[in-house]
Parts: sequence; structure tokens; C-alpha cells
Amino acid sequence: MNPFKTLGEKPWLAQPAGIEHSARDGLATAQSAARIALRFILAIVTVIFFLFILTFLSRSQYPDFQALAGQPWQPFTDPSRLWFNTGLLALSSLAIQFGVYAARREQLNNAIAGISSAVFFALMFLLAQLSLWQHLQSLGFYINTNPANSYFYLLTAIHGLHLLGGLLVLTNVVFRVWYDGALDRLSGPLQLCATYWHYLLGIWLVLFALLTSRPETINALAAMCGF
Amino acid sequence: MEHVAIADQVDELHDPDTFITKYVWSQDHKVIAIQYSLTAIFVGLVALVLSGLMRLQLGFPDSFDFIDPGSYLQFVTMHGMIMVIYLLTALFLGGFGNYMIPLMIGARDMVFPYLNMMSFWFYLLSVIILLSSFFAPGGPTGAGWTLYPPQAILQGTPGYDWGIILMLVSLAVFIIAFTMGGLNYVTTVLQARTRGMTLMRMPLTIWGIFTATILGLLAFPALLVSAIMMLLDKLLGTSFFMPAIVSLGESMDYTGGSPVLFQHLFWFFGHPEVYIVALPAFGLVSDVLATHARKNIFGYRMMVWAIVAIGGLSFVVWAHHMYVSGMNPYFGFFFATTTLIIAIPTAIKVYNWVLTLWHGNIHLTVPMLFAIGFIFTFTHGGLTGLFLGNVVIDLPLSDTYFVVAHFHMVMGVSPIMVLFAALYHWYPLITGRMLNVKLGQAHFWFTFLGTYAIYLPMHYLGFLGVPRRYFATGDTSFIPESAQTLNAGITVSALIVGAAQLIFLYNAFYSFRKGEKAGHNPWQATSLEWQTPDVPPRHGNWGEKLPVVYRWAYDYSVPGTKEDFVPQTVPPEEVPMSAGDTVGDNV
Repeated sequence: MNPFKTLGEKPWLAQPAGIEHSARDGLATAQSAARIALRFILAIVTVIFFLFILTFLSRSQYPDFQALAGQPWQPFTDPSRLWFNTGLLALSSLAIQFGVYAARREQLNNAIAGISSAVFFALMFLLAQLSLWQHLQSLGFYINTNPANSYFYLLTAIHGLHLLGGLLVLTNVVFRVWYDGALDRLSGPLQLCATYWHYLLGIWLVLFALLTSRPETINALAAMCGF
Repeated sequence: MEHVAIADQVDELHDPDTFITKYVWSQDHKVIAIQYSLTAIFVGLVALVLSGLMRLQLGFPDSFDFIDPGSYLQFVTMHGMIMVIYLLTALFLGGFGNYMIPLMIGARDMVFPYLNMMSFWFYLLSVIILLSSFFAPGGPTGAGWTLYPPQAILQGTPGYDWGIILMLVSLAVFIIAFTMGGLNYVTTVLQARTRGMTLMRMPLTIWGIFTATILGLLAFPALLVSAIMMLLDKLLGTSFFMPAIVSLGESMDYTGGSPVLFQHLFWFFGHPEVYIVALPAFGLVSDVLATHARKNIFGYRMMVWAIVAIGGLSFVVWAHHMYVSGMNPYFGFFFATTTLIIAIPTAIKVYNWVLTLWHGNIHLTVPMLFAIGFIFTFTHGGLTGLFLGNVVIDLPLSDTYFVVAHFHMVMGVSPIMVLFAALYHWYPLITGRMLNVKLGQAHFWFTFLGTYAIYLPMHYLGFLGVPRRYFATGDTSFIPESAQTLNAGITVSALIVGAAQLIFLYNAFYSFRKGEKAGHNPWQATSLEWQTPDVPPRHGNWGEKLPVVYRWAYDYSVPGTKEDFVPQTVPPEEVPMSAGDTVGDNV
């Protein structure tokens, strides 16, 4: 659909014969509706994280802000624990994609294996993030001791909640397909879940990069945004 | 894999068979719309009472013991928040959006009915949380509807403890509810239109609601983000927005956050919010005007473009609410410019409404009275907005009653005028009965003249420099005594207007049982919602077959046709022509 062409139509003129039935309007499927809804959900998620990141960059320019990396005593100067967690999330993403391929070929055992591993790795990721929180607290990096800490807890929590929401939807999809006995209809909804999964992985990579940035990098980014 | 079109899934509609599934736990968009509307109107009445209490204090200071400075601020806050979010947003989108979208585009229901139902229950939950703050220790928050930190969460502000927490949680729940509903509205418009219903054949109501929903989906996250961060500041002692501060002689643990950052986030939501309310109103009023003037809407394409343009521009004007906040002065120039630019599509719309009336066959029905009333109030409110959009004029006026008068005219009275126009117009479809005309006319004149009696004098109070948000001004040298007389007059008008709304409530209840039967299409309208086989429409809306659309929604008084309207469902070859005319190219 070309929006400019659509907005340029003159609906008050008599339409060429046959237009009533040539349009695909009214023939949308539940799958295509869900795809549109997912696009909007991704847009909303993007806005939420975009705004959080903007406030992060703005807040980083106040004197009390101490980035979590850059000095030997800062926890993310060595981000190996974060890399490990990222690996878990990436495995989850890979597994769900494997599930999609299997579901498309109607290899149900493989599809179930893919979905189960995706859920397993996603839960492991969440547990690993929780354990990282505990680790930070044991080092004395509490949520209210510095705005950089606050943002770390806040952004990881919001990201984790999005992943939890995704897990709920995925569970719902699997059970609904299971109870309807229509396992051949699994691949469509599963593909949408997979898109969401990859998107959350992408967002995590951005957050990872931001939260482990040195002060100079953060300052440069903030300057680019005019803060 | 088989793909079944949504339109053909009649069996999946799950006809409700018990009282609970039909009226309470319902997935039917019409029932959900009515649930939304009744809840919104109820909570709106609470806010109306609060405004009456505020006016009593302002008109007759020191006369009422139960209003102290703290409770006055609580009334201001709750009145503002309820009216903007829980009444107007919910009623336009949750109420009219839900009712109109499937009917006007020829769908059986929303595409995700379960999500739609959850949207209402989350909305109800948010209202309950909000109202519960009246009973919480310390009462509701008195931080002003904008909830600016640091004062919103500091001791000294009423409701700084429980009140603000409940407010923020309620807003978060509301945003979840709106998102569930909003996803439904946009997806339904994009995916579930019936055959022949192209985007440019949709009534302007749908364009307004559709664009407003997209604005809401992209703007409410800003409020969510700010609410979450403020909650953390309050509950966990973070310093996102809270500066290093000494409160009541005590140095607090906060370490230098930015209150202006909150203002940016709040208004990044807050200004689109104005259009989230205004765009559905623009759409609804366009349809009411065209129907009752028996004339096609003037400049349909331009109206659609204007809606889309206003939607886009509304994201780049937010800081005109912040000229006095201490932000970078260069921002003022940019935001004043964008503010003046957004006046262009808005003015186009006003001209087009007036030109729709010009040479129309105007029927002064009650909905038409309210629609014409809207053109007056919106023009007045819009013109003062042009003044306030300029930095140099805004600076002295920003904290005065001029601003109160401006936003009440443009964002309070105008949408309410449209709401009433729409309620009087579509009540016959929703209930199958007509509202009483005499009562409707009385309601209109009390409301229209009464609101002018309230808000016109308020502009003068603003010019005099009377500050807003104040519990009492006492003996202030620059405010003459006559200002108090004016305030008393405004209060009397406000109470009369408030009481006049009882006429509408009585009319709505009375006509629901005793009103004249509306029959099929009482206003002789062209759009699809009036072409249902049953009035009010049944579950599934369209009976066995979906309607097919052959034309736009504004074929009124087409030359050569026998009647002065041609419904969207009439094929060109079946249009009744007057004697001597044959089917022409223009039908």
C-alpha cells in the first residue's frame, strides 16, 4: 500500500467498476491481523526503551553520575558475566527460530524441542540477571547509590518483564494450539513469537552496549543528542 | 495451511448465552463500549463535583470549613487528571472507538475481542485504584495534574505518601488498558474493513479515532516511563528526577536528578494527549455536521490530511507547556514555531466545518446545536492558544487564569460539546429510542451559554494577573476587589452548568424506557452503522452477510437523486433517481 496514493484518492468521484471486490479489504486473516498488532507492539516497546535511553543520556551529564565501566573498580569494566547472560538469551533466540523452521516443516517433535529449549534458556537468562543483581549488591552497588546503578536495575528489570510477557504469550500459543489439536497452525503464531524474541535480543544488545560504556562514550553519545 | 478470513468466521463469534457473558464478562464491542462509557461518565461526574467544590472556595472564600488549602489542591489535581485521562480519553476511544469502529467499517467485532474485554477490566481497575486514593491515609495527591517532582513526592504536598503512589500505579494500569484497546482499534481499522471500504471511504470519525489511537500508543509510553521512574524515586530512593534537596530543614538522600527531565517526558505525552482527545472529537463532529446539514463534508481529503498532519506535528510541540520551566531558551523559538504551524491544519478543519454548513440544508436538531456550539468554543479556545504559543505572551500569562480559560475552552468545553453532539446523535442507534428534544435543547442552551459565562470572564481575570492554582489570594494589591465579584459570578454559572447536566442524565434514563422509538436510520444518515439489520445492532452486527460498500460516507443531496442521502451500501445501479433523471456518473 502506497500511503501517498491512498491519501490522494478522490472518494467522491464514481469509482472504476469492480473496485468493490478488487480490494483485499475484509479478507484479512487472523494471522495477518496478529502480524499488524505485533508491529505496533514492537513500535511501543521501541518507544519505551528509546525514552528510557534518552533519559539515561540526559541524566548521565549530571555530576553525580558514575558510569559502571571504565575504572578498574567498576563492575562492568570486565563484562564477562554479561556476555554469559547474553549468550543465554542468544541461545533462546536460536532455539525458537529452530522451532519455527521445524513447525513449518510440520516436524512436531523438533518444534516442541525448539520451543522448550527457548523457554529454558529464557528462564536461565532471567535467573542469571537476578544473580547479577545479587552480585552487584554484594559489591555495594545498590539501586539508589548512583543514577548509573539505578538505570542498570531499571533497564534490566523492564527488559526482563518484557521477556516474561513474551513467555506468557508463548505458553498461551502452545497450549491453545495443543488443545485445539491443530498443530499444523503452530508455525504462524510461533513465527510472531520468534520475531518478538529476536527483537528483545536486539534491545538487550543495545542496553548491554550502553550500560557497559565508558564515561567518554556516554558523554559523546549525550553530546550527539544535545545534552 | 488454510487461512480463513476474519469476516467469514461467523462461528467463532461465541454468541453469549448467559447474563454474565452477555452484559458483564462480555466480548462484544458494543457492550464493552457501553461499559467504558458508563464508567467514564460516572468518574467524570465525580470530577464535576470536585470542580464545583473548587468553585465554591474561589467564589466564596472562607465560607466553607470543609475546604482547606490541602483539600483544594487535591480537588484541582483529581479534577484535572480524571477529566483528561479517565473521562475524555476513555470515553472517546474506549467508548466511541469501541462502538463505532466495527460498525462504521463493516466488521462483526474487534479483531481481538478477548483483549478488548480485558482492556475494559483493566480500565475499571485503574479507576478503582484512583478513587481508592480518596480513602487512603492523607487522601489523594495534591501535586497538580502534571504531578511535577520534586514537590509531588515531598512532605508538605497533600497525599505525598499514599496518594501519589496510587495515582502513579493507577496511571500505569490505565496505560496497560489503553494499549490493549488501542492495539485492537488500529488493527481492526487496518484489517477488518468490509469489502469496498477503502481507507478513503471511511467516515472521518474513524480517521480521527484511528490517528488518535496511534498517537496514544506512541505517547502513553512516555507517561509510563515517567511514572515508573517517579515511583522508584518515591519508593526506592533513586534520584532520576529528584535533585539534591533540603526539605523542611532536613537534607534528603537524593543526589541531583533533573525535575525538568520529568517535565519533558510528561509533556511528550501531555501534548499528544490533547490531540488524542481532540482528533476523535474532530471526526465525530464532522460526521454530525454533514448529516444534519444534509451536505457532504467540505474538503474530505483535506480533512483526512489535516488529521494526519496534526497527528504528526503533535509530537514536536510539547515544550510550549514549559516556557517558564527554565529550559534552554533556544527551545522556545523552535517550539513556538511548531505550535504556530500546527494551527494551520487545525484552521483548515475549522474552515471546512463552516463551509460544510454554508448553503447546507441545516436541520437544527439537538446534535447539530451541540456541533455548531463546538465550532464556537473551539475557535475561541484555539485563538487564545495562538497567543499562548508565543513565548513573550506566555511568560506573563502562564501562571494566570488566562491559561485556565484557554485550555478549558479548547480541551474541556469543546470535546464535551462534541461528546454531547455524538451522544444525542447515536443514542437512537445504541438504545433504539430517541432522546427528548425539548430537554435536549434546554440542556444545550444551559451548557453552551453557561460555559461562556464561566470562561469568558476568566480570560479577564488572567489579564488582571490573578494567579491560578491558589486556594485564596487574600489582600493582594494588584488584584482589584471586582475580581472577587467576577469570581462569585463564575461560581454561580459553574454550579448552574453542573446542575444542568442532570437534565441530560434524566433525559437519558427517561428516554431509555419511555423515549419515542427510533426506528431504522432516524437521521437518514449514509454511513454504515445506520444500515444494520437490527436497531440496536445485535451481536455480530450484520446478520448473515457482511455489507458491501460502494461509495464514501458523504453522499448527501447528490443532484438528481430522489432522496437527499445515498447510503454507502447502495450500488450505483440501484440509486433511486428523481423523475426524468437517469443514473448519472456522479452516483
